[in-house]
Amino acid sequence: MTKITFIDAAGQSRTVEAEDGSTVMETALKNAVPGVEAECGGACACATCHVYVDESWVARLPKAEQMEEDMLDFAFDVRPTSRLSCQIKVRPELDGLTVTTPEKQG
Amino acid sequence: MSEIIKTDVVIVGAGPTGLFAVFELGLLDIKAHLIDILPKPGGQCAELYPEKPIYDIPGFPMVTGQGLVDNLMQQIEPFGPTFHYNEMVEGLEVLGTPQAPAFRVRTDGGKIFETKAVIVAAGGGSFQPKRPPVATIETYENSSVFYAVRKMEDFRDRTVLIVGGGDSALDWTLNLHPIARRVILMHRRDDFRAAPHSVNAMRELVASKQMDLLIGQISGLKGENGQLGAVTVKTAEGLVDVACDRMLPFFGLTMKLGPIADWGLNLHEQLVPVDTEKFETNAPGIFAIGDINTYPGKLKLILSGFHEAALAAQRVHRYVYPEKKLLFQYTTSSTNLQKKLGVA
Repeated sequence: MTKITFIDAAGQSRTVEAEDGSTVMETALKNAVPGVEAECGGACACATCHVYVDESWVARLPKAEQMEEDMLDFAFDVRPTSRLSCQIKVRPELDGLTVTTPEKQG
Repeated sequence: MSEIIKTDVVIVGAGPTGLFAVFELGLLDIKAHLIDILPKPGGQCAELYPEKPIYDIPGFPMVTGQGLVDNLMQQIEPFGPTFHYNEMVEGLEVLGTPQAPAFRVRTDGGKIFETKAVIVAAGGGSFQPKRPPVATIETYENSSVFYAVRKMEDFRDRTVLIVGGGDSALDWTLNLHPIARRVILMHRRDDFRAAPHSVNAMRELVASKQMDLLIGQISGLKGENGQLGAVTVKTAEGLVDVACDRMLPFFGLTMKLGPIADWGLNLHEQLVPVDTEKFETNAPGIFAIGDINTYPGKLKLILSGFHEAALAAQRVHRYVYPEKKLLFQYTTSSTNLQKKLGVA
């Protein structure tokens, strides 16, 4: 099983098992990880599943598509490591992925 | 005061569930008015995922959000519902009795309805502009910070900071530029979602120094007594203060329960509890169907909303036609129903 670590804005860390083929957002919801709202349910239409990907992982993820970049405009405090977690698909290579949830999803 | 619109039913929300309620009510000769804050029908289907495929509508192996809305609009056309877009229901006043309910419904656009029943099909609530999570922003709202332009005059001779990269941000940049003292457009990246011709027009104004473009994000607000003086902006070079006395942030829409919370309905975690026979709330004559309701076993599926609409309509019939007995009929075989549908 692929393991993903979520760190909240206060620094608390939670490592959970993720199903390959699902998304990082779905993994967060399934495990009741706080800080991910996913108001639209994964349609890349709301920017409330915004996360910061750990620096060491940024280059290892497929680049954000145009739609995701556009939707990130609706998020707050967007950084170079910002991603929408509904657009990151879980694969075995992502074992150990660490993401930080923002203080607010806006 | 505006003229009072009299109707059998007011449906709050024109998403798929609200639209199908028109159909089920129409078969029972009940007229409906629909009110929605969006400028078009379809609710979340049309606003959040018009192009996304939906796979769990019975009889449709796949249909897009917009495709479903278009089909529903076609399906309810024979019943001639009246739509009131860009309006939010604000007030709801009880006029009747539990046995013979009647309500006065008021919108933020000043429309007033008198109706025998209200069907709340408001989904996740009303779509409202997203508020940037910046400290003290509430204290500037409607004096210096606006999420929409209602009167352009409010911006005359002002220094206006417009934030965003979509059509709203670009359109207002171009529209306010002639009357504002200065317009500053700020966006997090030098890449815009808005229509290319407005982006080009903006770039020409920037090139001829008639307005400013800033790449950055809001970090804080400065001012006093609701009067904005400057916005602190996080840029690639660090924090800078941008002097301005008006700000227009365009960060899209989010869903809020809104005034429904004040109608005296029981609420459970922002949802409206209903019974599963009539989908009626604790207030007789007010129904809640679709994503906004809750009951044991509730599933937030469009198909659940359709079922709920059919059952609620049966009860609404009792309120609208208390003297008439309701005869259950099928659209496949009833000439009476087929006449209403315009196919007999």
